[in-house]
Amino acid sequence: MKVAIIKYNAGNIQSVLFALERIGIQATVTDNTEEIRTADKIIFPGVGEASTAMHYLRERKLDQLIVSLKQPVLGICLGMQLLCSHSEEGDTNCLSVFEKISVKKFISVNNKFKIPQIGWNTVSNLQSKLFTKVAENSYCYFVHSYYAEESKLSIAKTNYIQPYSSALTHNNFYGVQFHPEKSAAVGEQILKNFLDL
Amino acid sequence: MLTKRIIPCLDINNGRTVKGTNFVQLRDAGNPIELAMRYCEEGADELVFLDITATTEKRKTLATLVREIATHINIPFTVGGGINAIEDVSFLLENGADKISVNTSAVNNPELVNQLAANFGTQCIVVAIDTKIINGNWTVVTHGGRNPTSFKAIDWAKEITDRGAGEILLTSMENDGTKTGFAIDITKEISTAVSIPVIASGGAGTMEHFKDVFKMGNADAALAASIFHFREIPIHELKKYLQEQSIPVRL
Repeated sequence: MKVAIIKYNAGNIQSVLFALERIGIQATVTDNTEEIRTADKIIFPGVGEASTAMHYLRERKLDQLIVSLKQPVLGICLGMQLLCSHSEEGDTNCLSVFEKISVKKFISVNNKFKIPQIGWNTVSNLQSKLFTKVAENSYCYFVHSYYAEESKLSIAKTNYIQPYSSALTHNNFYGVQFHPEKSAAVGEQILKNFLDL
Repeated sequence: MLTKRIIPCLDINNGRTVKGTNFVQLRDAGNPIELAMRYCEEGADELVFLDITATTEKRKTLATLVREIATHINIPFTVGGGINAIEDVSFLLENGADKISVNTSAVNNPELVNQLAANFGTQCIVVAIDTKIINGNWTVVTHGGRNPTSFKAIDWAKEITDRGAGEILLTSMENDGTKTGFAIDITKEISTAVSIPVIASGGAGTMEHFKDVFKMGNADAALAASIFHFREIPIHELKKYLQEQSIPVRL
């Protein structure tokens, strides 16, 4: 199986590569259009800032490529947020694969909740093949200051300050707010499930 | 619900894990990769690796170690020690580190925190603050506690938060290595004053100490070294105990 990790100016790509290696998959990190288009599975990772990342993708026409993909695509963290329609981070228009879904900033009163949310939180209301063999309320590792609001595209929910979508799907596109590549055995199962789609 | 994190810290010297008291008197605590893998199995939530080696070959050796850690472990880890510039951070992240930690270099050049946050994002920049009481004030100290600065810990914590730090690793040099408990007062003062998570460090000796730093110190995470290395407190037992005390943990 050919797995491509989309290379752009966002961190943590190595972590995804190493996580796939641990489950026996040698992925390619690439921004080459043909290589991405012909892959069986595509991972769109990302840790970074939304407007800078969108600018970079548009400059290289990777934005058009991503929305045209027909094979399973998994957006991780910022990757998932960029698949939504808009992000409050830098007031950024995103790829709109997950239509009419806004990404908003966590707001905390009196530092009661720390921002970014950093650490292990539960995922529930699991409703996709992506979560095969993953128990309700399993723990996943999150690091983020922005969240996707709840919607009918939600396939997992998490609660931090308020409930939000920790995973989304539409057609061949999947997005997870947490980091499966850093979420111990649960994360490995989710990556395996994605590769089995 | 977001859980409180338990973080074993591995001090690395020439490729081995070491542990000292108040940053001196090093003793060997084993192979860092083996230890890291053991902690993953035992349910550690994250790991911190602090490189205390000071050789010219350091950068290369550290990169090799970081790559090996990243290949083997499936939870997040932070790397710190001697990071002075953007290139140092790129190098560590490219080799698989999830976060980096700066300490003395940020005190000497606070602008570094802004630069790192702008280049790599707030989420991967941990600023470590070593502090001890000098003339009645919790004061920032550097170089393993030997050099006092003119900063109060609380002011420095607020400043680095404004400059874009994503997390604070707060070590009390009064408590480090003593096993008499965390410094609850300064942990609470800083944790309630800043918007970012605070990792408490220094002084863990019993399971009650962890309960206290979460319940009374308002810490978001707690870090310890020797009590985990030498199996004085097994991580799984610690987490079961904390759950019984109504503290949310990942089990």
